[in-house]
Amino acid sequence: MSTVPFAIPRPTYPTGVWSWITTIDHKKIGVLYGVTAFVLFIIGGLEALLMRIQLTSSNQDIVSPEVFNQLFTMHGTTMIFLAVMPLSAAFFNFVIPLQIGARDVAFPRLNAFSYWTFLGGAILLNSSWFLGGATNAGWFGYAPLTSIEQNPGHGIDFWIISLQVLGVASLAAAFNFVVTIINMRAPGMSFMRLPLFTWMTFITAILLVLAFPVITVALIELYMDRTFGMNFFNVAAGGDPVLWQHLFWVFGHPEVYILILPAMGIVSEIIPTFSKKPLFGYGTVVLAGAIIAFMGWMVWSHHMFTVGLGPIPTSVFVITTMAIAVPTGIKVFNWMATIWGGSVDFKAPMLFAVGFIALFTIGGLSGVMHAAASSDAQQQDTYFIVAHIHYVLFGGAIVAIIGGIYYWFPKITGRMYNEMMAKVNFWVMFIGMNMAFFPMHFLGLDGMPRRIYTYDSNMGWDFWNGVSTVGVLVLGTSFLIFIINIVTSWRSGETAEADPWDGRTLEWSIASPPPEYNFEVIPTVYDRDAWWAEKRGKVQHGVPVGGGSDEEEHSIHMPQPSYWPLIVSIGLIISAYGLVFHSGNFIVASVGLLIGVIGVYAWAFEPVNEPE
Amino acid sequence: MAQATADHGEHEATTTGLNHRKMLMWAFLGSDCMFFGSLIATYLVYKNRSLEGPLPIDVFSIPTTSVSTFVLLMSSMSMVLAYSALRRNRMKTFRVWLASTAIMGMTFLAFQVFEFRVFANHEVVVDCHAPIGELSIVELSVRNDKTVGCEATGHDEVEKQVGLTPKTNLFGSTFFTLTGFHGAHVTIGVIWLLTMFFLSFKKGMVTPERNLDLDLAALYWHFVDIVWIIIFTVVYLFGVFPGFA
Amino acid sequence: MFIVNLRSRRIFSFAVIGAIFVLMLGCTPSHNQSTFDPLGPVAANQLFIFNVIFWVAAVIFVAVEAALIYMFVKFRRQPGDGDPIQVHGNPKMEIAWTIIPALILVIAAVPTIDGIFFAANPPPNPAGGPALEVDAIGRQWFFEFQYADPNDASKKIVIANELHMPVAEPVVFRLDSRDVIHSFWVPKLGGKVDMIPNNDNSLWLQADEVGEFYGQCAEFCGVSHANMRFKVIVESRTDFDAWLQEQAAPAAETVDPLALAGKDQFRSANCIFCHSTGRGSGIGPNLSHVASRLNLVGLLPNAEEGSFVVNDAMLQENLKRWLTDPDEIKPGNIMSREADAYNKPEFALDESDVDALVAYLMTLK
Repeated sequence: MSTVPFAIPRPTYPTGVWSWITTIDHKKIGVLYGVTAFVLFIIGGLEALLMRIQLTSSNQDIVSPEVFNQLFTMHGTTMIFLAVMPLSAAFFNFVIPLQIGARDVAFPRLNAFSYWTFLGGAILLNSSWFLGGATNAGWFGYAPLTSIEQNPGHGIDFWIISLQVLGVASLAAAFNFVVTIINMRAPGMSFMRLPLFTWMTFITAILLVLAFPVITVALIELYMDRTFGMNFFNVAAGGDPVLWQHLFWVFGHPEVYILILPAMGIVSEIIPTFSKKPLFGYGTVVLAGAIIAFMGWMVWSHHMFTVGLGPIPTSVFVITTMAIAVPTGIKVFNWMATIWGGSVDFKAPMLFAVGFIALFTIGGLSGVMHAAASSDAQQQDTYFIVAHIHYVLFGGAIVAIIGGIYYWFPKITGRMYNEMMAKVNFWVMFIGMNMAFFPMHFLGLDGMPRRIYTYDSNMGWDFWNGVSTVGVLVLGTSFLIFIINIVTSWRSGETAEADPWDGRTLEWSIASPPPEYNFEVIPTVYDRDAWWAEKRGKVQHGVPVGGGSDEEEHSIHMPQPSYWPLIVSIGLIISAYGLVFHSGNFIVASVGLLIGVIGVYAWAFEPVNEPE
Repeated sequence: MAQATADHGEHEATTTGLNHRKMLMWAFLGSDCMFFGSLIATYLVYKNRSLEGPLPIDVFSIPTTSVSTFVLLMSSMSMVLAYSALRRNRMKTFRVWLASTAIMGMTFLAFQVFEFRVFANHEVVVDCHAPIGELSIVELSVRNDKTVGCEATGHDEVEKQVGLTPKTNLFGSTFFTLTGFHGAHVTIGVIWLLTMFFLSFKKGMVTPERNLDLDLAALYWHFVDIVWIIIFTVVYLFGVFPGFA
Repeated sequence: MFIVNLRSRRIFSFAVIGAIFVLMLGCTPSHNQSTFDPLGPVAANQLFIFNVIFWVAAVIFVAVEAALIYMFVKFRRQPGDGDPIQVHGNPKMEIAWTIIPALILVIAAVPTIDGIFFAANPPPNPAGGPALEVDAIGRQWFFEFQYADPNDASKKIVIANELHMPVAEPVVFRLDSRDVIHSFWVPKLGGKVDMIPNNDNSLWLQADEVGEFYGQCAEFCGVSHANMRFKVIVESRTDFDAWLQEQAAPAAETVDPLALAGKDQFRSANCIFCHSTGRGSGIGPNLSHVASRLNLVGLLPNAEEGSFVVNDAMLQENLKRWLTDPDEIKPGNIMSREADAYNKPEFALDESDVDALVAYLMTLK
């Protein structure tokens, strides 16, 4: 062992804070992601609440325009990158290995690194509030408003560097899940036997791998302009602000599918389970997801319909955007056909899943309205778009995620949540959501632009803004109910059995919560909905597809904890602060880089502790 | 039991039979394609749109860059030879070819540094008797320069340093960012190769059984080489040959 | 709870009627920037397309939500239920619900694309000759408009915050920006197009009724984006021509001593560095006819509601408010941030300075 460089023995904390800090267990990492992301979701929600209070009626000055602009920028950035994406990651982490019959992910230490880097990025971005002011040019950061001349402080730099850091975290996770899902499936689990959530995760991971580098480049170019006086978006040198928009939205549109596909995957698990029927048209739903991901690369300029691209490019994007509504619609119809003829138990997860369909449909239909570029010229940059976004992202992604939390709560915690409270949670959230966001359709068509900190009293916008604010308060209440339910149930809820829902997929075949090694024996899979097939005795003993497990020869090998993922993350964050507050010679950034490089080497050469 | 990496090493059972880390490298390279693709797209969008300053045709020396391109290309060949030698347990040969690869990589980087310096110090010489229609943007600006231009000095030939830096114009920003990030990738590759080289002197660290480690480095190295071929073609060759420029 | 019978059908009908009622509440054409009150062909075309898609979407919406409610009731698990039939799919149905939405979308796409080209190509001027062209330039945080001088086409007239158009004629707007991206939007006349530096965007609009229309910047452009508003005055051709001649005339000379003192102040306080009182387009809005505008800085009305005549008392009060504390009205505005008069004590304006300036500005009709 002494012949290996960096031969520090691996940590061995079985419990306590250090066990969480050094963990590489996908289940613990999933919980870390979930709790952290939820806290950030609440922060994003408070940012929204402050905005709504300011906008409740005309000509208020509760919040200054400078602060308001930071609020809406941080709200958008937080909700997308620090809430929805990591909440999805929480599910990827906890659930995927269980659904494919694996003991962990392909790269457990890389997995831990993803989490710590995400946490670092979240802290970095939010520390900007206290370090000179947060970013204030919108979550989409259009040039030239983000130029150093327009925005000389550090706010924009915080935004740029945080997104880069979060990009590293997302990419690391995406690589991990691509390899895990391709390469660690239990014997017999072919692709067409994968649970739908695993499929959607796989597609999302591929989207992440391909989309994030585009925004990485856009952010690099902006940073170069701001820091080194380069000319990418410098109008005086012939630069074109529209280039930023193209780069951003080539990333940005696949990003919205990254946000929604996991939620669709969750719903595709809950509905069959509670309807006691298989997903209607499994193959079609998988194909629709893949087509959405593929076509998602061809629609980006629908975010730019008013940019003056010209009637021909605009028309092309109208067609591609309308086309993408077709596979989306297919999914909705297939979910409904799954419920149809089922024996449906409307427990809380199912309520949320059905709520998802109801609300996402509204968001999808307003999306089709936006796809029509001519009428979109009236809707773009108004509250009509804000309504659309929130119906698909809140009514869609968040509602599905909350449903997923309730659904997998017994498996994760070993306890049952309070069913009555969860049902109340749903209805309060449903009512609050519609109260908050439906009026925004009216406001948008009534000519209210978005991203304005105030409006005049003679515009006629006071009434619906007031209703919307009340709706947000109701929404906030629903989250209080949620938090109380989750916290009290986690502490002292009824003990949960392994399979409280009579589930269909493999995670329900093991204890709640699962042991560290997940499966005592890696299962062999003979059918889709593998666990249901086994329970209902429909197992056909054929030849398992794919490689067999080698565990007959060895005892269970579990990956071992490590310090190094956290160390590399810390190096990265130090570097990041150095890049934000660069002072010409980038010393801090270099120190961070050095720590990171040492950490990477140590990680690569880390020994395995001798088995006990 | 000395293992360079934890867990099962290269012989874990996988669904496809392919090693996890190999698949990871391919996924990473797919991502890196999009990264370089976006940088190249930016370059192409801004091609011929610089308002002032040197253009590709003013500064590029295709002969020089062809040499450095050739060196990088040959380094891929020596990489293949190194891998082959390792597989056949010819450790000395392996080290020779590995070192050659790293040295050629460093040579390429040296050429880049040299070239960037030349660009930054680029001097424009204008014949005052040449017809104005034949002058490029930057030559015109020197000809008409208020201090050192033809009318100002009355000379037959005037010259001025009009360097190309990232700040100069659109070409400078896009070119240096693209080739700079490529150079950074090469640098990381060189460090990786040198690490493997020095590690190979420690018993048991680099062996034919553990050829995956070198295989991964080789994949990365070839990728970086292919990206350079594309950059050389799209930026350099298309930048100077009529019909493409 | 729910029972599928007459009672639940009544509940359902109430829900539908209630929903329609709520939806109708959203249509408020009388509001200043409502897109449901199209007063020009572009806006009308865009509303027509919206309506086509909206009603199709409404039908789909009702169908989906009704189906969900029905399923909520009909397929509830009853105690003692066994497993339902494990249906795996129905290719025919899936093909149907692929093709039918695709066809519906084609029906939506055709008028949409037609509308795109309609909005991109200004029609010929019915009065003959080329359409009127106006340069609309976005600045932080006001709109500048430039017209060709009616007496000398090579020269421009520069105004700010207020746009005049002749009724029933297409007008082409060439859009530009001096700083960041803005967007030119008059909802009752048509959809918006962005004003992007280094891009030559344009749009055409036509107003079919005389009146005053509200416009607002619709692309986030910084601190006072919310305050970047303008008015469009649509009048008869004759009135428009008369107005244009007035704007083309040089700024009025005055003999009033207070106003003359104000004119001196205007120079000595360095207002003249940014604000032209001639034909210039400087850092600040052109002021040569500021006292003829129906609103000040795009925000403060100088006339009674519905009137097209400037109320001098209102104008005077607005000018005084603005000059005393511009940041209170348009937070972050460049004058407050950078003008000598608001940043260097030796140029600061006391109340008598402000009164003089107001008197002077009021002569610029």
